[in-house]
Amino acid sequence: MDGFSYNKILFAALTIFFTINYGLILQGIIGKIYARVGRRIGIRLFQPYFNIIRQWATRSAISHGVMYYLGPVFRFTGGAGILIFTPLILDAPLFNSFTYAGDVVLVSYFIFLGTLGMALGGGEAGHPYSAIAVTRGLAQTAAFEISLMLAIYSIAVQYNTISITEIIRAQQGGVLNWTLFTNPIATAAAMLAFLGSMMRSPFDVVLAPQEIPVGPPTEYQSQFLAMLMTNRTIFPVAKTVLYVNLFFGGVALYDSYLLTFVVFFLKTFFVYLWSVFVGVSFPRFRVDQSIRFFIKWPLLIGVIAVVAANIRY
Amino acid sequence: MAKMNYKKRWADLEKRIVVSPEGEEFEVDPMQDYFCDAKPRVHPPNKIAPLEKFANWCRAESIYILGFGTGCGAIEMRPLSSAMYDAYRFGVNWRATPRQATVFVIGGYASVKTMKRIVRSYEQMQGPKFVLGLCSCTINGGMYWDSYNTVNRLDHYIPVDVYITGCMPRPEALLDAIDQLKKRIKSGRAEGQNKYAENFEWYKANQKKIIKNWDMPDYSW
Repeated sequence: MDGFSYNKILFAALTIFFTINYGLILQGIIGKIYARVGRRIGIRLFQPYFNIIRQWATRSAISHGVMYYLGPVFRFTGGAGILIFTPLILDAPLFNSFTYAGDVVLVSYFIFLGTLGMALGGGEAGHPYSAIAVTRGLAQTAAFEISLMLAIYSIAVQYNTISITEIIRAQQGGVLNWTLFTNPIATAAAMLAFLGSMMRSPFDVVLAPQEIPVGPPTEYQSQFLAMLMTNRTIFPVAKTVLYVNLFFGGVALYDSYLLTFVVFFLKTFFVYLWSVFVGVSFPRFRVDQSIRFFIKWPLLIGVIAVVAANIRY
Repeated sequence: MAKMNYKKRWADLEKRIVVSPEGEEFEVDPMQDYFCDAKPRVHPPNKIAPLEKFANWCRAESIYILGFGTGCGAIEMRPLSSAMYDAYRFGVNWRATPRQATVFVIGGYASVKTMKRIVRSYEQMQGPKFVLGLCSCTINGGMYWDSYNTVNRLDHYIPVDVYITGCMPRPEALLDAIDQLKKRIKSGRAEGQNKYAENFEWYKANQKKIIKNWDMPDYSW
């Protein structure tokens, strides 16, 4: 972190605002895609805006204690933390607010923080469904985190740095410099872990409405739920940006701002779409099945990636 | 056997001493600890009219229906989520928990036993909340008007915003009712929650008149 200025706080807030809007539009598009696959017309493009404003405008709310308050705050911190410690666009001061030398380690902690916050908050709500769903969610998160961590470890060895900015810099100068091509094994492991973290079809039984209604946020309502919904718009974008940075060359600042944003949207959109493709094509795993899946294939690929990176670099 | 279970259920609600794994003894009073009996209060609309209008517009365009089918009419809700009717394009969605729902569709006849659950679910819903009375049974009892265990007029027990006649009404009728409800919300007339809070004693007296085994506090959120 080179020098602190108050501008950075403003820039971080702007980054979050930008991401919320991008996330809401993305949700609308993805909802539309899901509907079209199911031969429906589907939600309106701006439906997520209505939902989130409606939720913030709820008049009454009930709290169940301190941790119940802090659960959504933790969850939001997880999403916003990834966002403000990850450069959205390389070398653009506005989207680079708090990046520093060891941010990839911090960001990987933030991925887990939200689920932990939900465990504490959902537990205090006292609903048995919350507790059991959080337990299942944490088990699944832990399972896919292992392969993601192995992939990150592999590329940290490869580029000899734990700074996201440095990792992006190392991938500049052509498509073939992307980690996708220089370290495909680590990318494969991480992309499988990506499916687990996006809460889409094969791995979304944690919040499936059939088995355990709604999952961890069962008791959450009003502004508490609105906070969770806000996080749900920024968290997938933040994760996708992280993946674009680590494996798909990041987004460099081009001469034209328009071109920069087009590249940003295309890259994040297509990485996001990977989870949607899998989501609409495959039925759900049970939690035990998904954990078995994660500690079988992605873990194996991740171990190979680490060994290969250590031998090669 | 059934009688024994019933007794056991009542025993669960009595005050008792519980020993924790550490050997600590503490008193549990389910009626106090599991429920809240705070009375509902009136939540007046936002004083700044344009903001309230905007919020009402969003409320109308984003309708979360509680997935609780109380009677035979609930079967008309299911086709709405199918490709043929696709209610999602009108901003309709289903939630599995009353906490996150804004619209309660009473699907047909409400028997006394269901009424208890309806009241509790309705009270657990937050924020401006709206009720759709589906089928004729919710208006005047319909074909069950002289039944021994079915209520005749739903709006004696919870405030209802829109009624749909028919036995059974088609899913299109339900879509139309949702459209009417949207108009009502947008015009700021759908204040059922406040009506319930203002006339709380009257609603509660009516509910208690038909629900004989009232084993819960007066107001359970």
